[in-house]
Parts: sequence; C-alpha cells; structure tokens
Amino acid sequence: MGKLKFYIPVISFIALAVLMWRGLYLNPKELPSVLIDKQMPAFQRTTVDGQLVSNENLPDQIFLLNVWGSYCLPCLIEHPTLMRLSEEGDIPVVGINYRDRQNLAQEWLLDNGNPFAFSILDEDGRFGIDLGVYGAPETYLVDSNGVIRFRHVSVLDENVWREDFEPAIAELRSREGFDQ
Amino acid sequence: MRVTIARKSLYVSALLGFFLAVSLAMYSPVEVFAQVDTFAFETDEQQQRFRQLSDELRCPMCQNTSLTGSSGGVAEDLRREVHRMIMEGMTDEEIEQFMFERYGDFIFYKPRLRAETILLWFGPLLFLLIGAWLAFGIFRKAKSVETEAHQLDVGQQERLKQLLEDK
Repeated sequence: MGKLKFYIPVISFIALAVLMWRGLYLNPKELPSVLIDKQMPAFQRTTVDGQLVSNENLPDQIFLLNVWGSYCLPCLIEHPTLMRLSEEGDIPVVGINYRDRQNLAQEWLLDNGNPFAFSILDEDGRFGIDLGVYGAPETYLVDSNGVIRFRHVSVLDENVWREDFEPAIAELRSREGFDQ
Repeated sequence: MRVTIARKSLYVSALLGFFLAVSLAMYSPVEVFAQVDTFAFETDEQQQRFRQLSDELRCPMCQNTSLTGSSGGVAEDLRREVHRMIMEGMTDEEIEQFMFERYGDFIFYKPRLRAETILLWFGPLLFLLIGAWLAFGIFRKAKSVETEAHQLDVGQQERLKQLLEDK
C-alpha cells in the first residue's frame, strides 16, 4: 500500500503526459458531424447546369458528397483524386457548389474537368447549413439508403482516401451485403 | 496662484483624457470587429434577441469567435438564418435547437448539459474534490508525524538531557 502511494504521482504524471501528447496531434479544426448515421437532409434545388434535382436523383449506391467552390484553392488539390474516382466509376461523386456563383462554377468545371455526377447549386449556403458544412472542401460518405456515414473536413488526397475512406467503404459494403 | 489653478485644471483634464482613452480602448474593439450586416427588425426586443443569440453562438469555422465577431462565410449565413428565424417568430430555444441539430455542441459557448458534456461541466469540480481529498490526507499525515516526533521515549529523553548538559 505504501509503495502504491509512492507511485501515484508518477502514474498520474504519465497519464496526464499521454493525454496531452495525444492532444497535440488532434486537429481542433475537425469537428465531429452531428449528421453521422442520419438521413441526408431533404432538398430540391437546381444544379450548376441548371437542372432541377432532389433526393430522388441521388445515386442508389454508396457515393461521395463533395463540398466545393471555384474560390477554394484546396479543392484544386483534391481535384485529381475526385477525377480518378469518377473515371473509375466505382463510387459516384455528387458535388455541392457551396457559396459560389453559377457562372464561376461552370467556368471552373470547364477549366479543371468535371468529376461530379451533378453539382447542387448552393449559392447562399443554405443547404450547407442543413448539412452542418462550415467551409469547402468537405466530403461526406453516403450509403445506398441515403444515410450519411462519414465526413472528412479539408483536402481529400490519396492518403486520406486510402486511410479513411477505403476502410469505411469496405465496412459499409460488408454491412450492406449482409443486409441483403 | 493663477498658475497653480491652471496647472491643476491641466492635470484634471489630462487625467480625464487618460480615463477616456482607456475606456475607449476597452470598448472600441467590439465596435471595430463587429460585422456590418443590415438586418431590419420590427421591434427592439427582436434586435436585442438577435444580438444576444449572435453573441452566444460560436462560429464553427473560426473556432473561437462568436457569430457576431466572425467575418467567415458560414457565420454570415448563420446570422442571416438567426434573423430569419426571429422574424418568423421562433423562440430562442427553437433557434438553438436548429443550430444544435446541424452543428452540435460546438456551436454553443455554453454547451448543453447532456451525458456527453457532463465531464466538461463537472470535471473541474471532480478534480477539485480529488485535490482536496489528497491535500486532506497529506495534512493529516503530516500532523500525526509531527506529534509522534515530539514524543521521546525514556532512553531518548535521557540522551537529550545528557547532550544538553554536555554543552
């Protein structure tokens, strides 16, 4: 007992150090999404191309929902990854053109290439609020029932794809396969 | 005499000027950083509620700035939504619930008391109690050591006497 008492300060110091050490590597900018495991909010909006879309138009398989804007420089960094995904055709990508102007968005897609099945126009950011978006780029993983399963804030590069998205998609697929 | 009076009033005005400068420096940041939105309200009460809500809701993008103080895009949108909801006659609780459903606990400077936030609310009290318990234990032990140390047995008393006499 006497020995144990002697170790209490050492143990609590180590516990605190581990906790703070971990804290150093947390990203305080990455807020947890409240919408995880919730149905994607209902919408009826026009696309960047001027077509009317609603939840009905969403892919009935696992897909990505990518928040982007023509003003957004990090969006250019993740653009090649989205282009690759769209070329492979395995996981469709739906865009949300967030707080942008339609003509600028159209130009951006012409200049850089269009990886999106369609891009929902959200000029005033109102749809973004329903999703809990706080800035482009953000990427959501939505399952075939339209339920949001995962959110990544900031650039989605190949590393993030491999480390976060691929396992999440594999898990979703195995779960969905199990359901059927 | 005239000179002293003039000097005195100079001191007084310098002092006043200093206090004025200090109080301006203390209050002006609020004015400087406040965002200039043009929202129309029907009553002062609505405007008051808008101010209060914008001060108490945190901008999710800029982390430690309220909606009032933030120039971020999402803060601008959220201020617009707060205004819209006030004008639609929603209560403060309903507006806060709207924000909570989209942005979670982070949106509040004063998070709600829930199972997830209970440690945040009462953690400091818990640590205080642990600290008090430890301190109490240490003091009690120190006290018992102290009283023990004063009690010398017969042999020790003899030796003490001897030592003192030798001196």
